[in-house]
Amino acid sequence: MVGIVSYGSYIPSYRLPRDVIAKEWDAPSLGGERALASFDEDSLTLAMNASIDALGDRNPKEVAGIFFASTTSPYREKQAAATVATVLDTAKELRSMDFTDSLRAGTSALLTALDLAKARELLLVCAGDARMGEPDTLQEQNYGDAGGALVIGSEDVIAELVGTYTVSQEFLGTWRTEEQDYLKSFPGGFENKFGYNRFIAETVQGLLQKCHLEAQDIANAAIAAPSQKALRGALRGLGFDMKSQVQETFWNTVGDAGTAQPLVLLAAVLERAQPGDLILVAGYGDGGDAALFRVTDGIASFQVARSVYSQIEVKRTLQSYGKYARFRKLIRKDYTTEDESTPVVLLRDQKQILPLYGGKCPACGVVQFPIHRICTECGHRDGLEEIKLSRRGRLFTFTNDYLTETPDPPTTHAVVDLEGGGRVFVQLTDCEADRVEIGMPLELTFRKYHEGYGIKNYFWKARPAE
Amino acid sequence: MNIRDKVAVIGAGCSKFGENYDKSAEDMIVEAALDAYTDARIDPSQIQAAWVGTLSSASAGNALADPLKLFNIPITRVENYCASGMDAFRNACMAVASGMYDVVLALGFEKLRDSGQRGLGTFGSHPVVGYGTTAPSLFAMAANRYFETYGIDKTSLAKVAIKNHHNGTMIPKAHFRMEVSEDQVVNAPLICSPLGLLDCCPTTDGAAAVIICKEELARSFRPDPVKVKGVGLSVTSGEPYMKPSFAYTGFPATAQAAQSAYEQAGMTAKDIDLVECHDCFTITEILNYEDLGLCEKGEGWRYVAEGRADIDGGAVPVNPSGGLKSFGHPIGATGIRMIYEVSQHLWEKAGDRQVKDAEVGLAHNLGGPGSVGCVTILANS
Repeated sequence: MVGIVSYGSYIPSYRLPRDVIAKEWDAPSLGGERALASFDEDSLTLAMNASIDALGDRNPKEVAGIFFASTTSPYREKQAAATVATVLDTAKELRSMDFTDSLRAGTSALLTALDLAKARELLLVCAGDARMGEPDTLQEQNYGDAGGALVIGSEDVIAELVGTYTVSQEFLGTWRTEEQDYLKSFPGGFENKFGYNRFIAETVQGLLQKCHLEAQDIANAAIAAPSQKALRGALRGLGFDMKSQVQETFWNTVGDAGTAQPLVLLAAVLERAQPGDLILVAGYGDGGDAALFRVTDGIASFQVARSVYSQIEVKRTLQSYGKYARFRKLIRKDYTTEDESTPVVLLRDQKQILPLYGGKCPACGVVQFPIHRICTECGHRDGLEEIKLSRRGRLFTFTNDYLTETPDPPTTHAVVDLEGGGRVFVQLTDCEADRVEIGMPLELTFRKYHEGYGIKNYFWKARPAE
Repeated sequence: MNIRDKVAVIGAGCSKFGENYDKSAEDMIVEAALDAYTDARIDPSQIQAAWVGTLSSASAGNALADPLKLFNIPITRVENYCASGMDAFRNACMAVASGMYDVVLALGFEKLRDSGQRGLGTFGSHPVVGYGTTAPSLFAMAANRYFETYGIDKTSLAKVAIKNHHNGTMIPKAHFRMEVSEDQVVNAPLICSPLGLLDCCPTTDGAAAVIICKEELARSFRPDPVKVKGVGLSVTSGEPYMKPSFAYTGFPATAQAAQSAYEQAGMTAKDIDLVECHDCFTITEILNYEDLGLCEKGEGWRYVAEGRADIDGGAVPVNPSGGLKSFGHPIGATGIRMIYEVSQHLWEKAGDRQVKDAEVGLAHNLGGPGSVGCVTILANS
């Protein structure tokens, strides 16, 4: 029985009110707000943090494949799925793959994983997007940033697969060429009328027919949509009741989160699903993908690490377009001190930086980070035992540093004592400076520190634990 | 081997400290060295070896050889974070004590203001671990931990700034000569919470030099040589923030260096008449009182609050020079500047800031995130 074993979602803590963008350009506001990846987040970290929640306590060595989907992958050439795999500490024998360049990459990765899932093997599908609409366009207001992840397998599923359906067709509705920085959409109603509405209708109807079902059989549908209004248009005449059968798109609170959107909507559907529910997920882009699941009894005992709804509620509102512009490098300082890095050190220390291994002294038992050759506490010389550090802890001491250059001052440096031992020195994020207190519970979150040497330098930061 | 009474300071010099935009490193090195030559009544041809301390303003012995035209003698550059200056002095002392040389020069300098960076910039050589840390951030984390442990706040730190700025008004060579109020210190712009601008020492240009010689020869240069009673250096982890047992309410490197110096001198903190210590930040001076043994653990904030650190406070006065806080902190120069300052008091040449009847002085230089401690004890008999 192939299906969904687990899921996770990640919505960045910052919200940018659409009024703030509109005011900057003296343009009409679409209203509501959009989720905004902070300066230390990108599509990979958004997907990564959703994946950590989705995988939970499951043994990462049982994961046989990792698929990462995005239209805004941090590298044009270099796989992101392999980074996700290394951070999650999977076995090296693994199929890792990036699904990119189409808005439908998230659902395409999901359908591929569903096709591949074999007995006793887990596949992780994750998606993250932080798409850029051109400044002073409605897209700039419309897009939002988020990540989603699903663990697909054949045992202990909370939703079993009923069927999938895909249509594929060349269509130029929204695009970005190799040379362009921003997404372009053909103006007017062209894309909705001849693209979105048509592909969603064909895909959803195709799936229902293939499964011999009617619209009224569906308990809840997670359907990707550029806006709530567009979704209403696409489903008109298909027999769905928008209020009771269709998951709202979070357009007002998150925005259109690209490839991650259908995964986030599916997570929201699963959060409220009952055993026996038939649920549907659909994605759009150069055609459409859809999959249908039947929720199992397993859903009753399933605990989600962090619900979509709670993440929508816990937020920080950014009232500054300037800060957003600096986060996204729309504005750059003429002169800044160069950050330094090298792929050599990142490879040598990979096990400590990415899956966060520390050392445990076999003589005195002290857990330490980094992994010293000689124990920092007792001087034991024969090496430390590698041990995976906990990602939860408490703040031992800190400072809010206004001297360090950052797009979002101050930088909070934090000494964190981890549960089960180990003390790490990391930056604190997602927390206003005046809320930081010694002793506060923290969790580690995967972030981008800087882009020295023209590469993405990822490591862990700490943030307030819920 | 004990260094006590084997080495003597026979001359000390110091350049004007400050934002010396109109002076090069060469100008300041020459200013400090000539001041020391004159004070020691020596000709540079008598210098048999030299040590130069600088964090980052130059490399190698040429940092000294070229400005002073001290060619064809052994010169060693010493770098040990902000304790580079006093460690240069310590190495010079050991070389003289070994019998290898009779007369040597120890000079420290730093040229910070030619660069436009704020403070010392950011630290860390690893791409991500410790990324973005600054000098004040490392000490600010100690301040927050000290606050948490002993229940004090910023007003206690301000006492250090008020005292040291007051002392600094009495010395023409100091970077700052201005009084500050508690209100000014507490409300200054935050640099690294809880440390505000006036909790931090300035970034300073300057140089300082001392001439030392074999104790037996000292009186042939001057009638009142200052004797080196002990010099201790200790290096602890440079990543204390990742060391599980680190309490962050003091710096063991200071305590260990002090213990070593006290043992060599056959003294305790009770024998000390004045202290020049490393007040890179106000919190550091409070921790230093405790680490140097001037008071009990957790009592450092009271030591300054009750006026005991004042020049005439009835206890051991700390930083009559105004310290790094007011005199300034040209990194490599600071440790030597402290030897210079203690010597002025032992020679009764300290003017308005003179500590009365000073016979024994202690100088303390601290480097890195509190990881390099250096302590020197000097006496006039």
